[in-house]
Amino acid sequence: MKESTRRSKNFFMKKNNRVVVGMSGGVDSSVSAYLLKEQGYEVIGVTMQIWQDKDEEAVKVEGGCCSLAAVNDARRVANKIGIKYYVMNFKDVFKEKVIDYFVDEYLKGRTPNPCIACNKYIKFEELLKRAWMIDAYYVATGHYAICEYDEERGRYLLKKSVDTSKDQTYVLYNLTQTQLEHILFPLGKYKKDEVRELAKNLGLPVASKPDSQEICFVTDNDYGKFIRENAKEEIKPGEFRDTRGRFLGYHKGIIHYTIGQRKGLGISAGKPLYVVDIDAENNVVVLGYGDEVYGDELISYNNNFISIDKLEKEMRVKAKIRYTAKEQDAVIRPLEDGKVFVKFDNSQRAITPGQSVVFYDGDIVVGGGIIERKVR
Amino acid sequence: MDRIYLDNAATTPVDKRVLEAMLPYYSDVFGNPSSLYSYGQEAKKAIEEAREKVAKALGADADEIYFTSGGSESDNWALKGVAYALKDKGNHIITTEIEHPAALNTCRYLEKEGFKVTYLPVDEYGLVKPEDLKKAITDKTILVSIMFANNEIGTIEPIEELVKIAHEKNVYFHTDAVQAVGNIPIDVKKLDVDLLSLSAHKIYGPKGVGALYIKKGIKIHSLIQGGTQEKNRRAGTENVPGIVGLGEAIELITKNLDSHINKLTFLRDKLINGILEKIPYVRLNGHPTKRLPGNVNVSFEFVDGESLILNLDMAGICASSGSACTSGSLEPSHVLLAIGHSKELARGSLRLTIGKDNTEEDIDKVLEVLPQIIKRLRSISQIV
Repeated sequence: MKESTRRSKNFFMKKNNRVVVGMSGGVDSSVSAYLLKEQGYEVIGVTMQIWQDKDEEAVKVEGGCCSLAAVNDARRVANKIGIKYYVMNFKDVFKEKVIDYFVDEYLKGRTPNPCIACNKYIKFEELLKRAWMIDAYYVATGHYAICEYDEERGRYLLKKSVDTSKDQTYVLYNLTQTQLEHILFPLGKYKKDEVRELAKNLGLPVASKPDSQEICFVTDNDYGKFIRENAKEEIKPGEFRDTRGRFLGYHKGIIHYTIGQRKGLGISAGKPLYVVDIDAENNVVVLGYGDEVYGDELISYNNNFISIDKLEKEMRVKAKIRYTAKEQDAVIRPLEDGKVFVKFDNSQRAITPGQSVVFYDGDIVVGGGIIERKVR
Repeated sequence: MDRIYLDNAATTPVDKRVLEAMLPYYSDVFGNPSSLYSYGQEAKKAIEEAREKVAKALGADADEIYFTSGGSESDNWALKGVAYALKDKGNHIITTEIEHPAALNTCRYLEKEGFKVTYLPVDEYGLVKPEDLKKAITDKTILVSIMFANNEIGTIEPIEELVKIAHEKNVYFHTDAVQAVGNIPIDVKKLDVDLLSLSAHKIYGPKGVGALYIKKGIKIHSLIQGGTQEKNRRAGTENVPGIVGLGEAIELITKNLDSHINKLTFLRDKLINGILEKIPYVRLNGHPTKRLPGNVNVSFEFVDGESLILNLDMAGICASSGSACTSGSLEPSHVLLAIGHSKELARGSLRLTIGKDNTEEDIDKVLEVLPQIIKRLRSISQIV
């Protein structure tokens, strides 16, 4: 439990040991709920209903009004552990803050990370709010990350999990000090294998479930189809051009492309071609050769800082530009309107607008933001 | 923690006397009612006695009562059965926007089957306007289906008047009386309805059994084909213990209906007045007097209904809000939207439905706990 000596910044709520655990029905959140119960918390399991109503055809085939498998799994786990369990409705806010954002970003020729939006607006904002409503001081999830209070800095810190191969701090860089005060990440000090083992030993019904992959609301992994069905505008084919503006062929709609993509372009040239830019305004996908995919400077916006209050001067960090990327040496410096200029020591492949860049100082998350554009 | 159950419109506990009446039919008298030997005949006799009890409670003849698996099946049967039987006569059905999903979604299904459905609006109290029905009937109309009393807001519809309008145009009238039976005196002959759905588990009987009253001479197709049970209209070996339970439950509830209604009405009004007195920014949903004796439905501004229900649950009070999705999460109620609520206000609604086992202490406890919860939720939603 967090140090009780520290005075809470939260002025409307007394600290208590009630915690709402977001339960997806998967291994990680199930074990989180179990661990918290063992640690003496009063645990309330909550599954967030974020999936949207299915069309009538899907109901006929699969039955039910929503994908209930996750709920059923989570409920079984909650019963097994012996905790209260509820399903809460987040359909509308998830649609607005995650799905609509996801679709709009693609329409703007960008490649969003919906998990980051979900963590920012849904899990640690809306769910936390709902936790407070039922007088729970904490929200917990099965994320692999460590949240700690640092006396020296007088700040909450977000740190990489012990199992660095599973570390999920990249998708959590938006957490604020207030949120971190109310967050528990019980898996931060565990390895994935240990978590699976725990689940197995406990006889949790989900022990052998595979890790979730891809985007949870695009159930068939066909995100292009998902965007077409959810976009308010028509997805129009357009032109491929090279970096000097010369016509190369036709593409099937900008939403189908991301920076660095080589496969599925349907254009043959002497050397392999890659997507190097997407010009949504003109509905053009710009192709280039290998070296044109690289860059070493970018500007990020919607930045959030955790280990520092704000970025006031240049700072040397390690930065990564997508979830699966390796951290690279870089220098960040503040720009006007809260934007941040990031200069890497070495050039990076496929700096992609819409993805996030996250800054680290060793194991500590400094902060991060959304990539607005590659500078060069 | 002592729990207070205030969701009697969702379901009710089985009355001990009902349970006792049912028990022999699980084991001692286990025969198939269609069999000729004594075990079968005894079971058959029990079914027919139950049928008479249901008929008596409704003022019907015994051979107008057909047992089903519950309210949903009865509604499905009435709507689809009449639609299919009269499809050569017309293809138009009239219902309301505030029906139970059992009727509403059956109508939507029939629309896909080629029928035309008019969903009548309701006024701010949830009442259907008779002139709206009059205007909606065409020469293609084959059925009007309007619920007797609404399950969410408790409003009692002017059924007798509505039936007259339908019958002036020779149109069948079905009513879903699942909430009304056992809470309002019902005489099908006086009302002159053609079809009426009811369910056992809302009147201290078992789940999984109900009945459809079908007036003699009404044309209706069967939905379940098979054996000759229920005069060849609803196949399947009868749920004998369930049917016995329904008979017992309906007899018990109608025997003392007046005092039951008086008790519930007293507790209801105490609860409504207490809430309106103690909590600001609240409104009563449904009609102040034309409402089910046990129904309280209120909307609180600036309160999330889901959080409210969870808080009440943690305080040991079982209540409901909106209509639960299969997953258990809550949706804004279509009934509250139909009486003109915004989606936000519809989300902040609370339904407390009183049953025969509730006491005045239960009501006092709610009136003590609820204002505190509302105050706290409002103070949080102001901040975040």
